[in-house]
Amino acid sequence: MLYYIFRRILMMVPTLLVISFLTFLIVELPAGDYISNQIAALKSAGESSSVAKLEFLRHEFSLDRPFFERYLIWVGLWPGPHGLDGLIQGNWGWSFEFDKPVEEVVGPTLPLTIVLNFATILFVYVVSFPIGIFSATRQYSWGDYGFTFLGYFGLATPNFLLALILLYLFNRWFGLSVGGLMDPQYIDQPWSPEKAMSVLAHLIVPTIVIGTSGTAAMIRRLRANLLDELHKQYVTTGRAKGLKERNLLVKYPLRMAINPFIADIGNLIPSMVSGSVIVSVVMSLPTVGPVLVSALQSQDQFLSGFILLFVAILTLVGMLISDLLLAVLDPRIRLGGRAGT
Amino acid sequence: MNVLSIEGLTVDFNTAEGKIRAVDDVSFVVPENRTVALVGESGSGKTVISQTIMGLLPEAASITSGKVVLADASGAEPPVDIATLSRKGATMRHLRGNRVAIIFQEPMTSLSPLHTIGDQISEAAILHRNVSRPEARELTKEMLRLVHFPDPKRALDTYPFELSGGLRQRAMIAMAMICRPSLLIADEPTTALDVTIQAEILKLIREVQGELRMSVLMITHDFGVVANMADEIAVIYHGRIMEKGTAEQLFSNPQHEYLKALLNAVPSFQMDKDERLVPIRPIVIKSGDLTKNRPHCKVEPGTPLVEMRDVTKKFTLRKGSFLGGKVKTMTALDGINLTIRRGECLGLVGESGSGKTTAAKAILRALDLQGGKVLYNRGNGLEDIASLKGADLMDYRRRVQLIFQDPFSSLNPRMTINDTLTEPLEVHGIGTSQERAERARNLMTLVGLDPRFLRRYPHSFSGGQRQRIGIARALALNPEFILCDEPTSALDVSVQAQILNLLQDLKRDLNLTYLFVSHNLAVVDYIADRIAVMCRGRLVEVGETREVVGNPLHPYTKALLSAVPEPDLSAPLDFTALDANRASEPELWPEPFRLSDGMEPSLVEMEPEHFVCAPGLKKTGALEGTAA
Repeated sequence: MLYYIFRRILMMVPTLLVISFLTFLIVELPAGDYISNQIAALKSAGESSSVAKLEFLRHEFSLDRPFFERYLIWVGLWPGPHGLDGLIQGNWGWSFEFDKPVEEVVGPTLPLTIVLNFATILFVYVVSFPIGIFSATRQYSWGDYGFTFLGYFGLATPNFLLALILLYLFNRWFGLSVGGLMDPQYIDQPWSPEKAMSVLAHLIVPTIVIGTSGTAAMIRRLRANLLDELHKQYVTTGRAKGLKERNLLVKYPLRMAINPFIADIGNLIPSMVSGSVIVSVVMSLPTVGPVLVSALQSQDQFLSGFILLFVAILTLVGMLISDLLLAVLDPRIRLGGRAGT
Repeated sequence: MNVLSIEGLTVDFNTAEGKIRAVDDVSFVVPENRTVALVGESGSGKTVISQTIMGLLPEAASITSGKVVLADASGAEPPVDIATLSRKGATMRHLRGNRVAIIFQEPMTSLSPLHTIGDQISEAAILHRNVSRPEARELTKEMLRLVHFPDPKRALDTYPFELSGGLRQRAMIAMAMICRPSLLIADEPTTALDVTIQAEILKLIREVQGELRMSVLMITHDFGVVANMADEIAVIYHGRIMEKGTAEQLFSNPQHEYLKALLNAVPSFQMDKDERLVPIRPIVIKSGDLTKNRPHCKVEPGTPLVEMRDVTKKFTLRKGSFLGGKVKTMTALDGINLTIRRGECLGLVGESGSGKTTAAKAILRALDLQGGKVLYNRGNGLEDIASLKGADLMDYRRRVQLIFQDPFSSLNPRMTINDTLTEPLEVHGIGTSQERAERARNLMTLVGLDPRFLRRYPHSFSGGQRQRIGIARALALNPEFILCDEPTSALDVSVQAQILNLLQDLKRDLNLTYLFVSHNLAVVDYIADRIAVMCRGRLVEVGETREVVGNPLHPYTKALLSAVPEPDLSAPLDFTALDANRASEPELWPEPFRLSDGMEPSLVEMEPEHFVCAPGLKKTGALEGTAA
């Protein structure tokens, strides 16, 4: 098992390299770069005085070098103007748009992104699990139809609309301030229990909004999986032993049906980040989503490249977690090799 | 004393089309320490009866009338009428797995893949016998020993997927037995197993029955199994008992027409060469339309049509990743030399995993070979099929067709029968759409189906009808050579007889050549002119059918033949001989048949036209080395 974990983690290294290359390739696909666009804009405006400074910046960030070299310098495998100084060395790059290091631009947003993602995944699982089981075991009952309707409703409603409605309602009922991560009075204050509570209270609405569609999809999937398993022969075998229906359900079909449930942890993350962009804008949440959009629009390549890579790493970690959990839960994966001997 | 008495049981299913009577006024008893066989075709209601006894009927079913009384042989508990109990109630749960237990047909799917054998078996003991976990584990170990698990202690912690089909079925039996029930229901317990394993499991059920003084209700459609196991027999047809009595009465003097017909439909070694099976619903084929414009096969009858020369195929079991990991290979075909002559039916026999299907696939050129070649005569001498390209390959594909084992999964459920039958013609660009439609109608008539069915989808046909559609599809391109991969193993005996006769008639009328792959020796004996026996990827014996069946020379062939249950009370299985011949282990075969790894499995002609794999003989040169 230890060997499996070790091998699995080792496998992530080449995967990451490939992803970083693809990310860089995609980010660089549009013609030109941030600075050459600036230069063109300045030239057309007739101001050639600052061009020299920008030319200097181009050289400084090795934008004048060939593509592969640029990529390797960015990763930190090739000496740039300042020697080996890339992602591996901990230099996340420079954001031209904000005129700050990427670290400072995205730094504050990363923890919240992770917290929000984590809360959302938790929400999706906690809500969809019991409902999925209920729907499957009472197939075609009123409850099943009700949840099915709610599920499709959740899938079909645009997230930002839901966000606006919920914000209004929460404001009316609980007096929560609209948008933001915390009540305005805590901004720039040192951490205190009240501030933490305020952050948690503000997390509720975005979590529900971002998680609804995921929950709806998950309910449908768990229901379908469980329905498939419920009529399998080994369930009948268990029943023939005289097991109570509830114990039978938990021990056999449910164990089988949660495999895809766990395997989805990794897949959920990227869809949450990309799906939460509009919601974050609407609710003025400081997550990486809106930053990514503006970086892509202005061709702020190091910033967008870093964010894409960050999401990829989150996904890989999610996949790792689900793979390890699967290996623990399913002996066929854990002992797959032994069966052949 | 009767452990189970069923009186006037009637079960109805509520379906969208109204009530369907699955079991109609059925009465029979299962006496203590006796085996009663409930015999019938699929759809006859025999499984519904077993579900009724277990209280496992589906929601849609209801017991309309009748009694199902379960008595306790030891007298510790009063008799109960199961028909009156709530299916999910505590009383029914107390009976299930405790006083009445069941083993199912499919050992592959009957056990949960995520729990250890020990966990699943001991569960019943913990539920009913009021024991602690360690005690239950101890009991489970005892049970596994009783069902002859090689290493009971280790087996406790193994998962079902680590076990072979035979061992899984043993685990199922152990699970059913652990609470020492007074009644065991065995629902087709050996249908999914190889003959040798089947014989072992039957022997085991007998042994355990003797040990625990238990009654057995054996549900089956196989008269071979019935003849070897049953004290009493009840024959069921369309939910009604047609005839019941002791095994002697029913086998020696069957009264009811249905039972007589059923017995006539079973192939047996005692049949004469030209004797034909009598199916219950025979089909008359009209081959006239198809024989008219059939291309003439230029290969002379009796000369080689297909030749396999030193064909070797290895499968990689586990791919090594680039970070290491062992690569394991399995030899599915080990230097196979086999000739199929034009106009004959060659039976290829072996247990599951012996490589017989792989051999058929090699001939179809459905896989790449590691060594050797397959030659085919298209009228101008034998050619290596691996070298065929483009139009030649398409021509080869037209000549060689396949009939599949499973009639349910081999037809596309979203294609009408017409589409299914005309698709091969479209692929090969044969005929106009009118000619294709005409051809589809002729094919339907040929296999005895109404051409009006062409617009239907596969789900509206029975297993036998689907298999006939599969045969019609194989014939669509006017092939000269057909590979039949266990075409009847998923079918009832009565339907099997129908399909076998159909295949025979088609072969006669259309001058076909068959390779008939099967694990059922009686079936191969009925249909094949020559038999080739395979074991662990090697060909061990080849010869005329009568010769191989009547005078088997190889120990593996002998073991296979001795394990076939005959539908005849005077020829019971020799259960005592079974232990001695664990015959599928090439290393354990006696000299000169012994084969160890890396040895060339060469065939020796021990008797005229009768080849046996005996490397020992070849080495010493004791006999003329005229291997094929």
